[in-house]
Amino acid sequence: MTFLSVSDLQVSFSTEDGTVKAVDGVSFNVERGKTLAIVGESGSGKSVTSQAIMALHTGRGTTVTGRIELDGIDIVTASEEKLRSMRGNEMAMIFQDPFSSLHPFYKIGSQLAEAVHAHHKVSKKEAKAEALRMLNKVGISNPEQRLEDYPHQLSGGMRQRVMIAMALINGPELLIADEPTTALDVTVQAQILELLAELQAEFNTAIILITHDLGIVADMADEIVVMYGGRIVEKAGLHDLFYKPQMPYTVGLLSSVPRLDSAGNRLLSIGGQPPSLINLPTGCVFNPRCAAKNPEIAPRCESERPDLREVGENQFVRCHLDDEQREKFATTRLEEVFGGE
Amino acid sequence: MVSDQEILKVTDLYKKFPITKGALLKKEVGSVNAVNGINLTLNESETLGLVGESGCGKSTAGRAILRLLEPTSGKVEFEGTDITTLSRGEMVPMRSRMQMIFQDPFSSLNPRHTVGSIIGAPYEVQGIKPAGGVKNAVRETMERVGLNPEHFNRYPNEFSGGQRQRIGIARAVTLRPKFIVCDEPVSALDVSIQAQVINLLQDLQDEFGIAYLFVAHDLSVVRQISDRVAVMYLGHIVEQASRDDLYTHPYHPYTHALLSAVPVPDPKVEAQRERIVLRGDLPSPINLPSGCVFSTRCWQAQDKCHTDVPELQDMGNGHKVACHFPIMEFLGNSLIIGPDSGMTEQPDRVVPPPSEVLQSLQGGRATRPKGIDYAEGEEPI
Ligand SMILES: Nc1ncnc2c1ncn2[C@@H]1O[C@H](COP(=O)(O)OP(=O)(O)OP(=O)(O)O)[C@@H](O)[C@H]1O
Ligand SMILES: Nc1ncnc2c1ncn2[C@@H]1O[C@H](COP(=O)(O)OP(=O)(O)OP(=O)(O)O)[C@@H](O)[C@H]1O
Ligand code: SF4
Ligand code: SF4
Ligand SMILES: [Mg+2]
Ligand SMILES: [Mg+2]
Repeated sequence: MTFLSVSDLQVSFSTEDGTVKAVDGVSFNVERGKTLAIVGESGSGKSVTSQAIMALHTGRGTTVTGRIELDGIDIVTASEEKLRSMRGNEMAMIFQDPFSSLHPFYKIGSQLAEAVHAHHKVSKKEAKAEALRMLNKVGISNPEQRLEDYPHQLSGGMRQRVMIAMALINGPELLIADEPTTALDVTVQAQILELLAELQAEFNTAIILITHDLGIVADMADEIVVMYGGRIVEKAGLHDLFYKPQMPYTVGLLSSVPRLDSAGNRLLSIGGQPPSLINLPTGCVFNPRCAAKNPEIAPRCESERPDLREVGENQFVRCHLDDEQREKFATTRLEEVFGGE
Repeated sequence: MVSDQEILKVTDLYKKFPITKGALLKKEVGSVNAVNGINLTLNESETLGLVGESGCGKSTAGRAILRLLEPTSGKVEFEGTDITTLSRGEMVPMRSRMQMIFQDPFSSLNPRHTVGSIIGAPYEVQGIKPAGGVKNAVRETMERVGLNPEHFNRYPNEFSGGQRQRIGIARAVTLRPKFIVCDEPVSALDVSIQAQVINLLQDLQDEFGIAYLFVAHDLSVVRQISDRVAVMYLGHIVEQASRDDLYTHPYHPYTHALLSAVPVPDPKVEAQRERIVLRGDLPSPINLPSGCVFSTRCWQAQDKCHTDVPELQDMGNGHKVACHFPIMEFLGNSLIIGPDSGMTEQPDRVVPPPSEVLQSLQGGRATRPKGIDYAEGEEPI
């Protein structure tokens, strides 16, 4: 049985300006012990998708439809009590924003101990020992001293590591890591990624990793979902995505990575602005910015929404171009950027 | 173009945070030594990248230089004036010339203020009335950073992460400062928006001659934007050099460790590469190690390293390093270490030569995309 299955997930928020369709028809599966990476533009719905899996969309005016099944339990219809017992235990999340996810008025020691207490009947002493152990694991020096610190006394990266310790403390079966290492230098980052891999090996954890760092994706992911404008525009295995990207947006993403030899030159970026989720462009959501759209295909791109279709073994893409056209665009663009042999 | 006009000179800057015990009678029981005597200079239109381990004092250094935090000791000369001696009142006009862009586009903007009033705030604080009125000036700045001036009356939560970062940048450049501390300005952004923001910062630098102290974790981003790079470890600058020298010929073992850990956006390279994994005791800013600050984790530490503090020495061409045994050269898998190393054994781990790592980083991928078969005559040149 599939461990986590998300199908036709839709999340919308009603706001003063109109309804924001933040996630529209997203489907994917994640098996135990595997890592799914979600990449995509800022505002494309990555965090909203993962928050839906944690059943965190409880605000008024928020609508969540579709199915989310975790180990046979339907998250969308589960009772709040059931969800509370699962959050932080079977499923845990490292939040994107470490500043607002730690309580400013409590010492980090008591916040960590509380995370243990919430799910296990343990003594104060045991909870503290567990907190210490985790702080050590995430590479915080002087952990005894740090247990007494308030969040504002920690550096940005230390706060992020405390968040990570909190998410891992109960050995979750599903871990959602939303930009888990943005505040960390590369050596600490490598250590944290290693820790995640260890955890995964030990508990057979399924990981959903959201990151804009394609280097981390290359290191960690088994499968990748690319999101744009609230929908999946490409889904592929690790190697296919990096070496045979299909969707023009994915190609653009791969070519805007800063490279060491491009130092001092202007970086390539995908021109234009992200789409408004209230007023999505008609046709392909990416069409106003698409460099692959040729005059021949343009009318279709501008009027007809492409479906997500399978174009290779386990590779799906949402684009009107045919195989040859897509491949030609990808090859030419990547050669332009990365040069030949 | 970097000018030869020095704009900022930081001498022996220290910042300690006291650790107190007791609820009412706060007794000082120690201190966090966040910044321990750093020296740096910056010219007009120059960008100095600042990299280093999480918690090593980069943000604290940036804030202390701007006096957003009071330095414990040291001098910060900005355009010839030591600003650490200025009174609060005397600092106000200085603030219009030195600014900060914060790491976090989510919490650094007041959600209750409109974008127009956020960007225009510096005029009010400084009591400056731009020709043509504040509103026009703000619109002009918005336009300059790629925001739609029509969105003057919108609130921050109506903008995406990248746009919010532009708002932060607009606020920082409103008064056309000469110096900006950028604390991880792009780490919260996706690569495509990252590229737009970096390009924007470079354009603004060209246009207004701004000097940047650019704190970031992403070494490719730092290489992209910096003229010189300083590497910090535990409150000390351990290496400083021109961008190209630092990336092609690092001397300090910690710099080697950093470069070896850069993730490469290429699955095949990632699967094969070796990283220098730092082991040994994590050092603490509360009890600084004796001797070299890196000695608790350095794989080539000798007795001397645990007792003598290495001074920052110039290796030529302004490339400075604080290490008793700077790494001179890599030959295959063995290290050639400085002349007085006295080191007889090779380290027990194979350290990847940086050239190999760098090669794999250059171009972002080691080889051209595999698995794409070119049809005849279609192969791009
Ligand atoms: N509570 C909310 N009310 C209204 N709109 C919201 C709410 N939460 C998210 N959104 C909108 O939904 C869209 C998707 O947001 P989401 O946070 O999922 O983006 P993301 O892909 O995680 O981007 P980033 O890479 O910047 O974190 C955004 O346009 C955002 O403004
Ligand atoms: N207000 C404060 N009170 C006490 N200690 C502090 C305070 N601010 C920072 N520190 C300590 O100073 C040290 C340096 O922190 P700083 O934020 O400068 O690190 P950083 O290099 O910016 O790290 P990061 O890359 O994680 O943001 C840390 O040990 C931190 O705990
Ligand atoms: S459908 Fe058209 S606009 Fe959309 S990605 Fe494909 S070519 Fe570009
Ligand atoms: S001085 Fe010694 S411990 Fe410090 S970096 Fe150099 S070799 Fe390593
Ligand atoms: Mg997000
Ligand atoms: Mg910081």
